[in-house]
Amino acid sequence: MIHPIPSGTRDVLPEETREVRAITDTLRGVFERHGYGEIYTPALEYESVLARADMAEARPAYRVFDESGAVLVLRSDMTVPIARVVATRYGGTEPPMRFCYFAHCYRGVRPQRGQPRELLQAGIELIGSPAPDGTAEALTVLCHALDATGLKDYRIGLGDASLFPALMASLRVPEAARAGLLETLVLRDFVGLQEALVESGLSGEALELLVEVPQRRGGPEVLADLPAPAHDAVMGLRRVHELLEAAVAERVIFDLGLVRNIGYYTGAVFDVYDPALGAPIGGGGRYDELLARFGRSLPAVGFALGVDRLHMALAGEERGTGALLARPGAGEARSTPAA
Amino acid sequence: MSPINGLTIAVPRGALFADTVDLLASLGLETEELRSNDRKLLFEEIGVITMRPTDVPTYVEAGAADLGVTGKDVLLEQAAQRPGEGGREVYELLDLGYGRCTMVLASKAGPDPALEALRRLGVMRVATKYPRIAARHLEETGRQAEIVEVKGSVELAPLTGMVEAIVDLTATGTTLRENNLVVREEIVLCTARLIANPVSHKLKAAGIDDLMAQLRGLPAGGPG
Repeated sequence: MIHPIPSGTRDVLPEETREVRAITDTLRGVFERHGYGEIYTPALEYESVLARADMAEARPAYRVFDESGAVLVLRSDMTVPIARVVATRYGGTEPPMRFCYFAHCYRGVRPQRGQPRELLQAGIELIGSPAPDGTAEALTVLCHALDATGLKDYRIGLGDASLFPALMASLRVPEAARAGLLETLVLRDFVGLQEALVESGLSGEALELLVEVPQRRGGPEVLADLPAPAHDAVMGLRRVHELLEAAVAERVIFDLGLVRNIGYYTGAVFDVYDPALGAPIGGGGRYDELLARFGRSLPAVGFALGVDRLHMALAGEERGTGALLARPGAGEARSTPAA
Repeated sequence: MSPINGLTIAVPRGALFADTVDLLASLGLETEELRSNDRKLLFEEIGVITMRPTDVPTYVEAGAADLGVTGKDVLLEQAAQRPGEGGREVYELLDLGYGRCTMVLASKAGPDPALEALRRLGVMRVATKYPRIAARHLEETGRQAEIVEVKGSVELAPLTGMVEAIVDLTATGTTLRENNLVVREEIVLCTARLIANPVSHKLKAAGIDDLMAQLRGLPAGGPG
């Protein structure tokens, strides 16, 4: 008999579980060594509580009612539940606080390659440690964790969520158009971005900057010759970069078009890429205003890795046949960091 | 013979094929075999894979190609309908200018049967190969519609009385005219677009930027 399970979910059998467990055990060891204590929170939360965070696209997709009629949601990430825990259970604790987690999260995506509705995330949250030091610590833990799993060719794309809004504000983009433009950039629709900017009445140098700057990515040279409004964001990125140990710093690709469709990110944001996989393995960033919405105002930073995607990337690297590997030009991607 | 900057490019067979191959040739790619052998799918020596235009975003999203060329109509049809609904995760880098077509709403000449259906029955039936674009357009313009998805020769649907209108792509309008159909509304202008895989866009940034600079340096409007 074949009995179905919901689309976007799956069973994990012993052979795969053994491999996944090896990865999570390794990650847990690194997180613990850096002082991050593991926590569990309920998969179900009150909708009214999680709604305090502006989660935009990562908004919980599954709702149920309990016996008293309260609306419960399946958590869509662990950052918001941990913000709730910090405000509720650590109200008087001296920061910084360090937490790590291994938890299933639920999203209403259309299932496709590597994009399930139930996904196992591994991550950390560093609460009460501002930029740049907190950001540098999170990036360091991230690289140490990935190194420990044996992943070889990964890179970290590092950007700043405040950069493009700052550019728009200073270049006099009409306020009503800004949210739509940001949405277009989240999709990295650069053609649509240009069209929408022209429609908003921009031209000349301002138009050129707003289209060109978010397409910049590469080494520290992309931070040069930026217009004044980008100064704060760029200084922030430079300071983080200076604090990183060499082995971590050389993994970093600056990406000035990196923006998030999750509303609570405020400063540095980052994604993890590996040539063995066509999509990011994970990502994170600063969310300095999220905790305040739960009643304890603290700067914070964190990241989450998709354990299954990490597993796929490891398997791809091992076989040498990942998405971007088994093709002409793959040798170049493996041997040289993006310049 | 070698790929451009070590990049793999997904090239659409069909209406956009000739212009796309001309474009690649003008960048210095050896395209002779690509032009002459229409059965082969994988041209490893020059980093080209060929497929139906609708499959291009799929291959690029998965990272099986770094870059791809496909029509805006394909991208719109596969885009997320609402934020968070999970459209194709590819970057749209450049409007290549060729393959100009318009997505239109058309119906039989004479008094518009779609208007009559809306007035008397409250709903219009619309046949299309682009159900999501059609549904979005009709929703945005506040009309109730029943979308009928067909795979080919959309013009047949209103002629047989199955539907009152169609949503389809037209370049010159000849096929519509020959079937006694008239354009009632222009929905969106579509051209060929250059798209990229998000990871390739970071890890092969120099190669992609160099190719984009070369493309921008070509005479406007693309080849041909």
